[in-house]
Amino acid sequence: MNSFEYAMPKRTADVFRALESSDSIIKAGGIDVLDLIKEGIAHPQRLVNINSIDELKYIEGNQTTGVKIGPGTTLAELASSEVLSGSYRALAQAAGSTATPQIRNSATLGGSLCQRPRCWYFRNKDYHCTRKGGFTCFAVNGENENHAIFENDFGCVMVHPSTTAVALIALGAKLTIASAKSSREILVEDFFVTPRENMHRENILEQGEIITAIHLPPAAKNMVSYYYKQKAKQSFDWPIAEVAVSMQLDGKKCQNPRVALGAAAPVPMRSKEAESALNNQEVTIDIAASVGKEAMKKATPLSQNKYKVHIFQAVIKRTVCWASDIDPFA
Amino acid sequence: MEEKKNLSQKEISRRSFLKGAGIASVGAVIATTASVDIKADTKNDSDVIGKNGISCEFDVNGKKYAQKVPPRTTLAELLREDLNLTGTKVVCDRGACGACTVIVDGKSVCSCMTLAIDSAGKKIETIEGLANGDELHPLQEAFVNHDALQCGFCTPGMVMSCKNLLDHNAQPTLPEVRKAVSGNLCRCGTYPHVFKAVMDVSGKKGE
Ligand SMILES: Cc1cc2nc3c(=O)[nH]c(=O)nc-3n(C[C@H](O)[C@H](O)[C@H](O)COP(=O)(O)OP(=O)(O)OC[C@H]3O[C@@H](n4cnc5c(N)ncnc54)[C@H](O)[C@@H]3O)c2cc1C
Ligand code: FES
Ligand code: FES
Repeated sequence: MNSFEYAMPKRTADVFRALESSDSIIKAGGIDVLDLIKEGIAHPQRLVNINSIDELKYIEGNQTTGVKIGPGTTLAELASSEVLSGSYRALAQAAGSTATPQIRNSATLGGSLCQRPRCWYFRNKDYHCTRKGGFTCFAVNGENENHAIFENDFGCVMVHPSTTAVALIALGAKLTIASAKSSREILVEDFFVTPRENMHRENILEQGEIITAIHLPPAAKNMVSYYYKQKAKQSFDWPIAEVAVSMQLDGKKCQNPRVALGAAAPVPMRSKEAESALNNQEVTIDIAASVGKEAMKKATPLSQNKYKVHIFQAVIKRTVCWASDIDPFA
Repeated sequence: MEEKKNLSQKEISRRSFLKGAGIASVGAVIATTASVDIKADTKNDSDVIGKNGISCEFDVNGKKYAQKVPPRTTLAELLREDLNLTGTKVVCDRGACGACTVIVDGKSVCSCMTLAIDSAGKKIETIEGLANGDELHPLQEAFVNHDALQCGFCTPGMVMSCKNLLDHNAQPTLPEVRKAVSGNLCRCGTYPHVFKAVMDVSGKKGE
């Protein structure tokens, strides 16, 4: 790792000043930042450690008021949160299926949203790929089995790595983003940036801006949610396909569904096709299966990842079933 | 004007030093004032530790160590290279295998992805802290009895993950044990024996 100096602000207000010096980056749990430095992808001169700021660590509120979460909350804390066990359970499930127990004890929600891509060409400093300012996306004609099956014709075919984002999008969550001068709110689904919009960044954060809060809206009547991830290895792994669903369920009648897909595109994405196939339906295994098929109609897989289309169909079917308390294998 | 600027920089470095002593009492404990290296940051109200680091006090297995660490030193490097506690292993150095697992303030973490400076003043437990002299910890005893290791390279991390589980949950179910070691890769495939060892210590026979 290159040498860096270490700022230890104690209050959020002090973070902005510490960030003013160029070549400084925020470090929360440090799991992604340290990996990037060790790989020689990032060379910060200063880390601004926000992990000891207590005012960024909390889970407040309930299903009636909505829930506000501090970005410094760890994934382990989210996974075991009582508040997230009902209508919002997709978020606890997503946090709990991210990485390993040890990583979840360190990694934070803010860091999970802002982590950089895990594409093996991006993470290898010997490949000067488009996202690092080069002219070639090595995955397009290379090893692309884990890459995008949507939005993959714009010069970078990575999939966004954030598992928590998938659940937050299904739950309609918002972020508060603050800088020294101002603050703004944005839906999680609008936070991420596709390669079509900008190849060199994954989200809209400007230098000097940080996420200061994550908001789950009040749960609608009879709202249920579910998150599920298919991985290659049973114990822990990155997803091949991950899906989060939320909907209002009156008996088995579904209303206002939100279906979010991870490991599908360079951004965690909503599937409008899945949502319209599910809206106003009485959920059954057959309906759930047709939702999976609709969601994949416009997929454009690469040379090595056609299998992901089939896996997504199955994972969407199962997630819709489990959200509706139906056994998909019955 | 120039003179005034110099003066205020001096003031700032003095103030920053004193504030450095302030963080020290909460997190990092400064051992000797001579080795303190807190850089004055004129624009900045927060404390910045320079690249050369700061002298901190570490509590490892109940024993106190004073050590100067640069910010980039990982906890695994501190333990193995500075404190000569080589029981903690490093395999991937990227948070993906669990060989380097230690317990910090009651939570299992990958010491390869934890900065030493962040662990100063906290309670660090490593594999060396388990046995009491020649007397093995019950979990170590159970690992031996159940043949829960082959090459042994994953074992210190595996044992620390199991200890962390039992510290929080003395009577885990088999799925809970499986989950607790899901971040510890064992290429020799000792998992079934590890599960039996943990169930044995918890007083349950497993499966
Ligand atoms: C073995 C392994 C398996 C993994 N599997 C998964 C997986 O399945 N799914 C998944 O999603 N992830 C996975 N990860 C990645 C892991 O979840 C992330 O690296 C972690 O969540 C990052 O959080 P952190 O707090 O450590 O962030 P840091 O590394 O501290 O920061 C990450 C980035 O976020 C920025 N940042 C942090 N907090 C804020 C904030 N409040 N405002 C603005 N910017 C901020 C930092 O500047 C940095 O750029 C895995 C990691 C490992 C090692
Ligand atoms: S060496 Fe730390 S997780 Fe592999
Ligand atoms: S005993 Fe050899 S890796 Fe686990």
